[in-house]
Amino acid sequence: MFEKVLLRSLDVPESQDLSAYEAAGGFKSLASVLANHSPDELIELVKASGLRGRGGAGFPTGLKWSFVPKDTEKPVYLCCNADEAEPGTFKDRALMENDPHMVIEGILIAAYAIGAATSYFYIRGEYGVSTERVEAALAQAYAKGLLGQNILGSEFSHDIYVHRGAGAYICGEETALLESIEGRRAQPKLKPPFPAVAGIYGCPTVINNVETLSCLPHIVERGTDWFRSIGPESSPGPKLFCVSGQVKKPGLYELPMGISMRELLEDHAGGPLSDNFKAVIPGGVSAPMIPGSDIDVGMDFDSLAGAGSMLGSAGVIALDDTACVVRVAARIMEFFNHESCGKCTPCREGNDWAAKVLRRLEAGSGQREDLDQLAFLCAGIFGNSFCALGDAAAWSLGAALKHFRYEFEQHIDDGECPFH
Amino acid sequence: MQVEMKDQINAVVGRYQTRRSAIMPALALVQESVDRLHGDVLKEVADVLEVPEIWVYEVATFYGMFNTEQVGKFHLQLCTNVSCMLAQAERLLQHLESQLHISKGGTTPDGLFTLSTVECLGSCDTAPVLMVNQDYHENLNEHRIDELLVQLKRQAAT
Repeated sequence: MFEKVLLRSLDVPESQDLSAYEAAGGFKSLASVLANHSPDELIELVKASGLRGRGGAGFPTGLKWSFVPKDTEKPVYLCCNADEAEPGTFKDRALMENDPHMVIEGILIAAYAIGAATSYFYIRGEYGVSTERVEAALAQAYAKGLLGQNILGSEFSHDIYVHRGAGAYICGEETALLESIEGRRAQPKLKPPFPAVAGIYGCPTVINNVETLSCLPHIVERGTDWFRSIGPESSPGPKLFCVSGQVKKPGLYELPMGISMRELLEDHAGGPLSDNFKAVIPGGVSAPMIPGSDIDVGMDFDSLAGAGSMLGSAGVIALDDTACVVRVAARIMEFFNHESCGKCTPCREGNDWAAKVLRRLEAGSGQREDLDQLAFLCAGIFGNSFCALGDAAAWSLGAALKHFRYEFEQHIDDGECPFH
Repeated sequence: MQVEMKDQINAVVGRYQTRRSAIMPALALVQESVDRLHGDVLKEVADVLEVPEIWVYEVATFYGMFNTEQVGKFHLQLCTNVSCMLAQAERLLQHLESQLHISKGGTTPDGLFTLSTVECLGSCDTAPVLMVNQDYHENLNEHRIDELLVQLKRQAAT
């Protein structure tokens, strides 16, 4: 059985408490880093581990850190992206609720590497328990000298402040998140400049996901060879998979990156509620669905990219053969329409238009021309907006149309939904 | 605005390089003690932070959790995103509407309940999920919703 590392405390009572974390060896990695590694050595260590960002894009973490200019006179900032809002995803919430000190230790290790004196812990507004536990953990860490001036007697000083979101999915996008911390509407900005050069207040800023940061204490403690021994060479390490939808045992599973989707869904999540899987969304609703016949695919960045989808946030939503793909596609497009920040016309108008066409189709009052219209809208949205939200909307709809065109046609021909 | 509230807002300002950054935390603090974030409240926040009123207004109206319209004592927000939808959230929405005699977006005449739908709450393995103010209620069905409504009404009466 695979040894749980990130979720080792899931069943430990009071695991959110500093004493429980320290009893499990917590903050030893931070002490070791401060005593034995220069920031540059630490960046090289994380590069060598092969750690890739767990927020969705899979960008190599050590490389991201190395983009921060070495000779900058401006303060450097770190942001912990805890704006987890990708539908189907609930892993960061589990980490914050059960092991907030692990996230804090990860933040401190990352902050030391990039030379940041201040971090912002951006937690989505809906996550009340997460916020309470993180704030309590920060207070404990300050009281123990693990935060503030001269941490553990070293030259390194650091402050972490919680910044709560207020119900906007777009804040998960890096530049929108920074705008939000600056007190503005969360509308993404054109890149470059990238945040590592000009982020919050125009200063170099690194944004890392909660799960990414949580890997750091373990990489320091167990070494890069251990991390690289798990999962495929190009995207190693343990991974949290959030399984929901029509499976017998939905839940959060920590497994090696690259595990087959079939093994995840059938052996761990208990298989479909009905007889068969019709489709699976592998990485939150931004990730294009793949047909149930294609689930012998590795759950890692490169394998899923090869299958025409993406690992994304690893929010795996299973649809069994009782599900209506048109209805799911309509709901996903309504989500993207609701969460579009309104800055770019193709995303703002295109998503709204597509959502209306999809609802019409789902109700059985669509026409054949609607399918061409949807394809036209997808082409008009994709690649024509500042950030990835519009791309995701078009990409996920495109996959539903490609793999399940017959189901859309069935709704048109029957004049009603065959599933409801 | 009370002096204590001003002090709380000014304490938050110290976390940031600019006073503008404190708009979101200031609105969250103020929202706890007002019916809704109406124009006068926004102006007071702008005055305390020494920023233009429009900066506060644009933030208050962009983010969904800032209530510029009045909501009931209990704000019921039902997730209807894909995982909850697959777990019959839409049927629960109809049930809530019929039990409360209001439509989605409405508030009961006694001011007790506002019913909304919400995007993913990050509790998909326990779908369907309802958020009441800041508390999650998971693995719901019609029966559990009925029990919850009774409990909330009792809570309001005491």
